Amino acid sequence: MAEKIYLYPVWTRIWHGINAILILLLIVTGVSMQYSNPDFNLIRFDIAVSIHNYAGVLLTLNYLFFFIGNLVTSNGRYYKFNRKGLYKRLKMQFIYYMAGIFRNEPPPFPIKKERKFNPLQQFTYVIAMYILLPVVVITGWAYLYPEILFDKVFSGSGLKVNDFIHVLTGFFLSFFLIVHVYFCTIGATFVSNFRSMINGYHESH
Amino acid sequence: MIRARNPLKKSLPKLTLIFALCFLVTSFQLNEKTRKEFKNAESNEGCLRCHGQSKYSFENTETGEKVFRRMYSEAIVNRALFYESNHRQFKCTDCHSQDYDTFPHPGRLRMESKYTCNDCHGDDPMYEKFKFMQIEEEFQASVHSTKHRDDFTCWMCHNPHTYRISARTKEVVKDVVAYDNAICLDCHGDISRYQLLVDKENPSILEKHEWLPNQKLHFGSVRCIECHARINDSLLVSHSIQPKAEAVKLCVECHSTNSLLLASLYKFKVKEQRNKAGFFNWEMMEESFVIGANRNYYLGIASIIMFCLVIAGIGIHATLRIIKKKH
Repeated sequence: MAEKIYLYPVWTRIWHGINAILILLLIVTGVSMQYSNPDFNLIRFDIAVSIHNYAGVLLTLNYLFFFIGNLVTSNGRYYKFNRKGLYKRLKMQFIYYMAGIFRNEPPPFPIKKERKFNPLQQFTYVIAMYILLPVVVITGWAYLYPEILFDKVFSGSGLKVNDFIHVLTGFFLSFFLIVHVYFCTIGATFVSNFRSMINGYHESH
Repeated sequence: MIRARNPLKKSLPKLTLIFALCFLVTSFQLNEKTRKEFKNAESNEGCLRCHGQSKYSFENTETGEKVFRRMYSEAIVNRALFYESNHRQFKCTDCHSQDYDTFPHPGRLRMESKYTCNDCHGDDPMYEKFKFMQIEEEFQASVHSTKHRDDFTCWMCHNPHTYRISARTKEVVKDVVAYDNAICLDCHGDISRYQLLVDKENPSILEKHEWLPNQKLHFGSVRCIECHARINDSLLVSHSIQPKAEAVKLCVECHSTNSLLLASLYKFKVKEQRNKAGFFNWEMMEESFVIGANRNYYLGIASIIMFCLVIAGIGIHATLRIIKKKH
């Protein structure tokens, strides 16, 4: 029987749930705007703009909740990693995912109370949450108030630079989401990690 | 109680008047550069001496006194704007009666009929490429003409004393937008001008466009006519102003790679390279960025390739996991 560890406190689950809904809304409306076409519109442009704006503002608040939560609770420690030997640890985890998992080898960095994420998860989550998300949030806000932010920062049209960064970061986050969801199926069972996000308990093999 | 008289207070209005007159004389003097550059500047000065400012003076032949009068605002011609306008090389009497040379002007001149654009531009082969006759037809069918008939003439928007073309001559698109939108706002943003033709109050532009996201950015980046005039490919600038129900309200008409802005605001720039650095509609991007219209081709291709690779990778990984589990 799988061992259960309480790893996901209520506040992280609430944050994660809201984050998931908002990110999905932002991706769908963002793609719809980016590829807007009079002949085929995924979502009507003005509706997509409104949803995208509201979801963006809520995502910012939710991100602040996460950021402050990580500062004031012990959850923040899971996002700190030792750079020494990082490459080796990432490689070990990568090889496990690429080969070891098919040979039924035990995971090199099993999840436990002190280690909520394996090195590869930890590394990508830090990049997603502390680099990509702030970039997409800041460039998104610059779009809400372009006249204030960008005329002072860039000469000419800073909008195009801003848009390129915003869209590029959005794409990276979209790919992160796809891979993240898939890797969640790698657990004690196919759905155990999804269940963890509801009840807070991680099920080990 | 007797108040002490303040000599300065008493002479202050006189001093102000003297300073104001000195200012008027110096600021309205025809400068040498204008005199050299415009062949009719000297003769025009005969008119602009009075019509070039908000007051004029003449000698009362009865009393011999110099009399100051206010110039009627509609009869004032701003020298600076006139000498930047399309008609800057004209002599006043090219369009107005020679009889205006006498003062006081004869009363019958008030009945003088004014020229319209096509009286000069209509048959002139030099202006043929601008298709003034077609512009006239568009204008006649526009909401401005059909709703106001003869009250509304070309001059309502194109003041012959100040109008200058902007779309073909200005480098910065936002300057074109500001200049052209000011023409619309001249009436639509000013109740006193609006009510010259209509009895009702002019609707609030801001309230009527409340639905428009990023209103300030739109107003500074596109002209009113982008949405309120029907595009005509054969004219450089459409004059077919439509009723409000016909205005473009579908965002995607501009926010797509086939943006209608290319046929209107950016018509003069589209001849340039279309897809510089992989961006659709690069000509828009020097000053602006239109979501949907300026997406990057290479980024789009790269994202599709990445998406396919990610899905393929996940598919292979998942299949191998399923096969392994069955064994």
